[in-house]
Amino acid sequence: MCFVQNTRGLRSQLKDSVPVTGLCPQAGPYGVQDSLRRGFSSVKNELLPSHPLELSEKNFQLNQDKMNFNTLRNIQGLHAPLKLQMEYRAARQIQRLPFLPSSNLALDTLRGTDDTIGFEDILNDPVLSEVMGDPHIMTEYKLGVL
Amino acid sequence: MATVSVCKYYPGGFSFDNCKRNALLEADISKLGFSSPAARKTGTTICGVVYKDGVVLGADTRATEGMIVADKNCSKIHYISPNIYCCGAGTAADTEMTTQIISSNLELHSLSTGRLPRVATANRMLKQMLFRYQGYIGAALVLGGVDCNGPHLYSIYPHGSTDKLPYVTMGSGSLAAMAVFEDRYRPNMEEEEAKRLVRDAIAAGIFNDLGSGSNIDLCVITKGKVDYLRPHDVANKKGVREDKVYGHPVTGSYRYKHGTTGVLTKTVTPLNLEVVEESVQTMDTS
Repeated sequence: MCFVQNTRGLRSQLKDSVPVTGLCPQAGPYGVQDSLRRGFSSVKNELLPSHPLELSEKNFQLNQDKMNFNTLRNIQGLHAPLKLQMEYRAARQIQRLPFLPSSNLALDTLRGTDDTIGFEDILNDPVLSEVMGDPHIMTEYKLGVL
Repeated sequence: MATVSVCKYYPGGFSFDNCKRNALLEADISKLGFSSPAARKTGTTICGVVYKDGVVLGADTRATEGMIVADKNCSKIHYISPNIYCCGAGTAADTEMTTQIISSNLELHSLSTGRLPRVATANRMLKQMLFRYQGYIGAALVLGGVDCNGPHLYSIYPHGSTDKLPYVTMGSGSLAAMAVFEDRYRPNMEEEEAKRLVRDAIAAGIFNDLGSGSNIDLCVITKGKVDYLRPHDVANKKGVREDKVYGHPVTGSYRYKHGTTGVLTKTVTPLNLEVVEESVQTMDTS
C-alpha cells in the first residue's frame, strides 16, 4: 500500500550510487586528461554518477535496441536483426551539419518511436536549446582536423 | 573558449547536470538549520470500483505542500482518453505530466490502430514508464475505463507494479477508504449504489486523514458515456462570513438596530425662543 510518500532527499539518493569506472572517460587522444577541451578532472566526478538513474537513462535506447534485437533473433533467426542493424546504420548516417540538431526521422521510423511522445520530446528539446557549439570548431572536430 | 561544447551532445530528456550541485546545496542548507522547499503532493484519497455497467472513480480535492494546504479544490481525476480516466496520488506534477504523456501516446496509438483504446494498453504504457524511472516519478494511479472487453480497473504503484482488481484505493487515505469498501462492496452493484459507496469511501478518507479534504469528485464511466461530477459532494463547506443581519449589511457597518440601547428615563425641555428680527433676502437668480 503506497500511503507513505517517498520523500527521499537528494543526499540519500547519492548514497545509492554505485561507483562505475568509465562513466566519464577523461583520457584524450594521447591517453592523458584533455584539460583544454574537457576542463579539470576529479576522481569523484569520474566514478560516481550524479543520480542513480543517470547511467540507465544514458544507455536506455541502446539497451532497448539490444533487447529487441535479441527477441527478434530468437523468434525469426539471425538474419532479421542483422538486416535491421544494417538499416539502422544507414539511417544513423543521415545527419545535418555537426552543430545543427538533426531530426533523425528515418531512425525514429525504424525504431517505431515516430508516433510516441516521451520526456526527450518535452524536456530539454535540443531544437530549443539556448547554446550552440561553435560551427567551425565542431566541423573541424567531426572531420578530425582539430 | 567554450571547447567543452565540442564533445558533448545533448539528446534531450532529463538532464542530471545539477544533481551534484543540488545535493551540496541541500547539505549546506540543512547545516544552517533550514529545510529546502517541499514538492507539492496530493496526500490523497482516490478509489475506484467496478459495477454492473462500468466503473466509478472517486477522488478528494486537496493538494498539500508539507503541512500546508496548497490547493483547496484541485482536480485529481485526469483524462486519458474518451473512455478512460485516471486518478492520481503522489507528487502532483508527476501525476499531471505522466497522465498527459500517456494520454498523448494513447491518442497517437488509437489513431494509428483506428480503434478505441483499451485500458490494458494504458496500463502497460504507464507501468513501463514508471518502471523505467525506478520509482523516482512519484505517481500512484488508479486507472479505470470501459472498452470493447468491458469495464476494467487497475491500480499502478510508483515503482511500476500494477493490480487488476474490482475495487482499489490509493493515497494516504487509502486505508480509510478500503475499510469502507471491504465492508460494503458486492459484485454487480447498481449505479446509484456504486456512487454512494465511492462517495462514502472518499468521505471516510477526507474525515480521517489529514492529507485529504475538501470536496468529493466522481467520474462514472459506462460504455459510450462519461459523467464527470465535479463536485459531486461538498463535504467540507468553508464558513460564510455573516453578510447581512436583520437586512442591514453588517461587514464594516456600525449601525445598530433601533432599541439596542434600552431607554431608562425621558425628559423633554421646551426652549422658549423670542423672535427678535425678521428680514427677507431675495436670491439673485440672474
